[in-house]
Amino acid sequence: MKKLLLAASVAAMMTLPAQAADYVIDTQGAHAFVQFKISHLGYSWLYGRFNTFSGDFSYDADKLTDAKIQLTIDTASVDSNHAERDKHLRSGDFLNVSKHPKATFVSTKIVPKAGETFDLHGKLTLNGVTKEVVIAAEKLGEGKDPWGGYRAGFAGTTTLSLKDFDIKMDLGPASSTVQLDLTVEGIRK
Amino acid sequence: MYKNSQSHYGVVSVLLHWLVAISVFGLFAAGFWMVDLNYYSQWYRTVPHWHKSTGILLAIVMLVRLLWRWYSPPPAALDSHRRWEKKTSAIVQCCLYVGILLMVISGYLISTEDGRAIAVFGWFDVPALGALFTNQADIAGLVHEYVAYSLIALAVLHGMAALKHHYIDRDHTLKRMFGRKP
Repeated sequence: MKKLLLAASVAAMMTLPAQAADYVIDTQGAHAFVQFKISHLGYSWLYGRFNTFSGDFSYDADKLTDAKIQLTIDTASVDSNHAERDKHLRSGDFLNVSKHPKATFVSTKIVPKAGETFDLHGKLTLNGVTKEVVIAAEKLGEGKDPWGGYRAGFAGTTTLSLKDFDIKMDLGPASSTVQLDLTVEGIRK
Repeated sequence: MYKNSQSHYGVVSVLLHWLVAISVFGLFAAGFWMVDLNYYSQWYRTVPHWHKSTGILLAIVMLVRLLWRWYSPPPAALDSHRRWEKKTSAIVQCCLYVGILLMVISGYLISTEDGRAIAVFGWFDVPALGALFTNQADIAGLVHEYVAYSLIALAVLHGMAALKHHYIDRDHTLKRMFGRKP
């Protein structure tokens, strides 16, 4: 009986697929950021971020092209450090959050580049519009954390045109695009 | 002359009434216009500033008005008014007071969620209480919008009723609001 059990469990272990390392983005400990910056009048930068989002990725340093990431952002959590402006950003002039409460990014392919950098292609859905975007990304590091876990971190940047995502407000010629900056730290599951 | 009597409105009540009337319609027009201004419009920053400043001043005027009403109660309705007219006008007038109060409170809550004070024409600042509940600016914004339309609808009804008394019933109701004695 014991032998049978052992055999069964060994067999079960053998049939498990090769483990790609899966990570959950550390939003719990807030070691991940979805930030943006947009020119104000062409004279300076306005910074903002989304406070609520979640996501996970799978990544193996040896098989970078197999890596995947998906991210869901709660658009109502937009925060530019000014309640009146945030109210405006949530309105129909910008993000339409009552109609489109979620923004999502799902990766489609990865093109490795020099060193630790790569292009992360994927579909970004924002304000109800889905567009193919390319995020210029970089691996920042990975390894054991001091508390018994294993972490990997990445940063990426892409520039979006407001018009492409049906954002109606016209902020002027210098402010027609917004730069999206993502920093994600994942904890291996 | 300043105080109301049993049959007529004194100067103070008359002035307060028309000051509030002009402010309410002015604030509505400014508010309606400013939310759709182009970012590069020269009015984009000034009109909201005036709107908020005037709103705060209106709150002070309303406080004075309520105190004055308590100190010098308004005259009784005209004898010629029918029962339903007296009842309806009392309800509408009460709703107008409540509506203005709601507009002032909701407007204040939109602008102060993040702890920023409201500058009144640069003369003085009304300090913020910060966020009192979640989604404060958004919820207060919806209240501000819906109450604004309701308030204006009621104010128009109030004005049309006055015109009805003046032109159809040919009584003293509207003239009284300009301080005329019977």
